[in-house]
Amino acid sequence: MTGPKTLFDKIWESHVVAENDDGTTLLYIDRHLVHEVTSWTGFERMAEDGRGVRRADATVAVPDHSIPTRNRAAGVAGIGDPLGRGQVEALLANCERFGVPLIPLTDVRQGIVHIIGPEQGLTLPGATLVCGDSHTATHGAFGCLAFGIGSSEVEHVLATQTLNQKRPRNMRIAVAGDLPAGVTAKDMILAIIGVIGTAGGTGHVVEYAGPAIRALSMEGRMTVCNMTIEGGARAGLIAPDETTFAYLEGRPMVPAGAAWEQALAHWRTLASDEGATYDKEATIEARDIAPQITWGTSPEDVIPVTGRTPDPAAAPDEMRSQAIAQALDYMALAPDTPIEGVAVDRVFIGSCTNGRIEDMRAAAAVAEGRKVPAGVGAMVVPGSGLVKRQAEEEGLDRIFLEAGFEWRDPGCSMCIAMNDDKLGPGERCASTSNRNFKGRQGRGGRTHLVSPAMAAAAAVSGRFVDVRDLLA
Amino acid sequence: MRTFTTLSGPAASLPMINVDTDQIIPKQYLTAISRAGLGKGLFHDFRYDMEDRPVPDFVLNRAPWNEACILIAGQNFGCGSSREHAPWALEDFGIRCVIAPSFADIFFNNCVKNGILLIALPEDDANTLTADAGNAQTCRMAVDLDAQTVTRSNGETVAFEIEPFRKHRLLKGLDDIGITLARAAEIDAFEARQKATQPWLYGARLPDPGA
Repeated sequence: MTGPKTLFDKIWESHVVAENDDGTTLLYIDRHLVHEVTSWTGFERMAEDGRGVRRADATVAVPDHSIPTRNRAAGVAGIGDPLGRGQVEALLANCERFGVPLIPLTDVRQGIVHIIGPEQGLTLPGATLVCGDSHTATHGAFGCLAFGIGSSEVEHVLATQTLNQKRPRNMRIAVAGDLPAGVTAKDMILAIIGVIGTAGGTGHVVEYAGPAIRALSMEGRMTVCNMTIEGGARAGLIAPDETTFAYLEGRPMVPAGAAWEQALAHWRTLASDEGATYDKEATIEARDIAPQITWGTSPEDVIPVTGRTPDPAAAPDEMRSQAIAQALDYMALAPDTPIEGVAVDRVFIGSCTNGRIEDMRAAAAVAEGRKVPAGVGAMVVPGSGLVKRQAEEEGLDRIFLEAGFEWRDPGCSMCIAMNDDKLGPGERCASTSNRNFKGRQGRGGRTHLVSPAMAAAAAVSGRFVDVRDLLA
Repeated sequence: MRTFTTLSGPAASLPMINVDTDQIIPKQYLTAISRAGLGKGLFHDFRYDMEDRPVPDFVLNRAPWNEACILIAGQNFGCGSSREHAPWALEDFGIRCVIAPSFADIFFNNCVKNGILLIALPEDDANTLTADAGNAQTCRMAVDLDAQTVTRSNGETVAFEIEPFRKHRLLKGLDDIGITLARAAEIDAFEARQKATQPWLYGARLPDPGA
């Protein structure tokens, strides 16, 4: 294909090993992140079949999902749940056996896969990256074609460094103008999902563009790309620019010296060509975005903090009406009620969506000099050991502790609640994570997705408030 | 991988939109390093109450649907987490075919790898089958992948579309890792080309701890 190409077209076409007769493509995978939950079956079958890992130099493993966020110095022995411990032990043994580099639990670099990939420079523009986790979309912030895969595909990549894939279509979402004060990347992506819906991007790769995207830091871009899967698309992309290159330079797995210059020259060619066309397009005005909050049990169930819960009677069809009624019932919210003022029991700040240094700073700026009221449990879980160390160097841990937040060790924590960090039945939580599905953070738990600043504001107020009022 | 040719038996309906993989199989089933018994956790929070007792009204807890091999679901079935435990749980329960107006991408790929047939049908056809599945007298149906038909209890057939490659793989039960490994020469050639033009993608190993 000649003519103008999109960023996605360029990356895809440069990774075609072969076009298959059946209409799929054998696609080369440059980078692979591995964690304990979705890798054991692949390693197990490779051992049975006598197969090896094709490119250990392109693979990094880290335990993150089923680990506790306390007492990290105890390492694997500190994992109380025998099943979770067994899974991490299996990861360690498999990585040893297959020669896959692994970041151990007690290493300062340990953290959530999608935080440590960029930190270590595994994530590179123009590359393809996969992981057995749907939030692999995060890495698209670097102009890296990154998507989540299942365990069978993890095994396929370990063994062959390739995947058979059907080529997705191109979608472009432009965010025009500038974000208002107190409104963050998290609010932007929640607002986008509210517009396109949770299946709006199915079958597509989404390229985010426009001045408001360009103005974001790498941390903000990662937050936006991270939740692309909540809009149905497996991958989000942002063309690399000077912000990207400044973040990358000097990281451990990023090329240095002459190789850096050579790579940089290539990365500068990746942006979508003038006149490139998309199968689907949407434009959102940044100035219209207020701090967002979800009211229901799907990420598309989102409203501005100044908004009200929907009324099932006003739904377009019967199935949608039932879905709204069921979600409101599960969330113990009445129809047509202001969301501001709803009391919270718990607050979770962390996850691959919002566990980076900028998120810690945004939450600390709100928490500073304020107190979490009695009866509210608030915790901050940095996304990696490096984020934790930097936050402590900046004194953010003291701000959180003085305000009454817990300051934990890195991991996925209460985003997926595979460890002890979970909601009890009926508990209502302001969470900076990515999914408000029923029971996601603990059976019967009620999750409201918000930005770190909004979560901190809810923590110190004991209820949902408009963070812009606290920042004024 | 198991082949998929024909399948007949009771179909259960779950008429809800956006059923995510957390609903299909919740997190407490993700810490094991074995697939055995995942069927017990299928739709856990719908199937069991807070004391882990079966919810009598839930479709999969009632005869004949407790032996369902087909599921009729709503739009965007399987959204959310990439956990392959979702198709594993369906298969362990005995469900090898899911029919819905639309599916989420990652779940879709994971099902192909596990010999589960997903059939996307226009809303009207899906509604017809949902109504059939809701009644014990009409819930039995038969799926014929080769013929691309679902036969209702009254003998009428509903045709469905499927991409030729997915049909072929399911019919033959192909293990694509074996097939791809046999193409090592093509992968070698790609790597040689890429190494010449983008050498920085090679040899960048993670530094050892403490390095």
